[in-house]
Amino acid sequence: MTLLNPRISRVLGLAALASLVALAVFGLFIAPPDAVQSDAQRLMYLHVPSAWIAYLAFGVTALSSALYLWRRTRSPVWDRLAGASAELGVLFTAMTLLMGSLWGRPVWGVWWAWDARLVTTAVLFFLYVGYLALRRVPAPLETRAKRCAIAALVAFVDVPIVHFSVDWWQTLHQQATVFTPSLNAHIHGVMAFTLWLGVLAFTLLYVYLLDKRYRLEALEEDLESKELAKAIEERVQGAGTTAPPEHVEVGVGR
Amino acid sequence: MNLLQEAALVAGKDLRIEARSRVTAQQILPFGLVVLLLFAFALDPHRGDLTNVAPGLFWVTVLFGTLLAVGRAFSIEAENGARDGLRLSGLDSAALFLGKAGAVAVELAALEALLAVGVVILFNVGLGGVAPLVLATVAATVGLAATGTLYGVLAAGLRVRETLLPVLLLPVVAPVLLGATKAWEASISGASGDAWPWVTLLGIFAVLFTGIGMLAFGPLLEES
Repeated sequence: MTLLNPRISRVLGLAALASLVALAVFGLFIAPPDAVQSDAQRLMYLHVPSAWIAYLAFGVTALSSALYLWRRTRSPVWDRLAGASAELGVLFTAMTLLMGSLWGRPVWGVWWAWDARLVTTAVLFFLYVGYLALRRVPAPLETRAKRCAIAALVAFVDVPIVHFSVDWWQTLHQQATVFTPSLNAHIHGVMAFTLWLGVLAFTLLYVYLLDKRYRLEALEEDLESKELAKAIEERVQGAGTTAPPEHVEVGVGR
Repeated sequence: MNLLQEAALVAGKDLRIEARSRVTAQQILPFGLVVLLLFAFALDPHRGDLTNVAPGLFWVTVLFGTLLAVGRAFSIEAENGARDGLRLSGLDSAALFLGKAGAVAVELAALEALLAVGVVILFNVGLGGVAPLVLATVAATVGLAATGTLYGVLAAGLRVRETLLPVLLLPVVAPVLLGATKAWEASISGASGDAWPWVTLLGIFAVLFTGIGMLAFGPLLEES
């Protein structure tokens, strides 16, 4: 039912918490303020790792979906993992967009800019919001799993095309409006360390949450099948005492 | 029968249903024109800009039309257990996909022809640079029909299909909207050279999703 041993999961949770606290200390107090952007730049320590984790999460979803579709490795494990990871991917993408927006306001003067990376991330967000909507549609488990796995792979294939087209759109029309060279300036040692700490903390958090979400998915499936078994039992018992209903609607909702 | 003959059979069936029921002619095409009118109302303060933004408005309208055409393509299979008929027909699932997508593409082409006349008359657009314009339109139409049919069968038979289809399909076809709009803008402004990269992108999209559709249609139809 679980992805990880409960003890490992607990250790992982504590490690994630500790590294997040360390990240807060480093990010807010120890790392020096940016020469150009001063304190606003500190958002980088959250923004960049969450973007990386979002990509990682969607990568895991695509890989799990492919493993589900491949007959030899087909197992409900991959379906649950794909769903759990996609949900976290959407969460981290939303965080990336939100923090990017908060960062953009003081630095660029706008909440949103039609920059290639921003637009790609927004489309990515909606691609997987659609996938999560599909996962919510009630259906027999295997049907849903196969359908969702195909949808996840189609979305994944679309990502480079979206990226490419949006990139092109921008380079053909408005060059370097918002990304000033100062943003790519050399990075201070402590800043780099803090950034890597952020990546570590978010990775730990991701794996911890993935395990929890996986367990929840498995429990939900279990509950559903138990409820179904109970309903059938009640129906069978009911049929024993009273006259059987003349017309019984059988079948899963379509 | 080879693949294309089988596909033509399926497409012929769908188009015959459309010709008799006139849903495309009497519902989807007028809808497209109404949307063009609404755009003119929405952009009223900047009516002069309509000419400039016409390519984008045209393609957004086509996207809406795609949603309707795809929904229709699978609602005709929902009646009288027609989907079971398709499954049992013995036709290759890749051919089924090509046939369904082909019929949608033909309907979209009709919509596009009408809308093109609409933007020329209503938005005062001069359609120049015919070669890239036509090729971009063909590639975009194939891409839209292929992705639409793929997601159409994915959502077919679900109670929430009408609401699910747009949220699944529209983000995926975002590059088509972008590419087709840019190709049209370049063609219309006379800078046909700028249109070709977009035509290539649209072509890649069309080929890629036609391929995916041919592979995935069978398993998805089984589960629908």
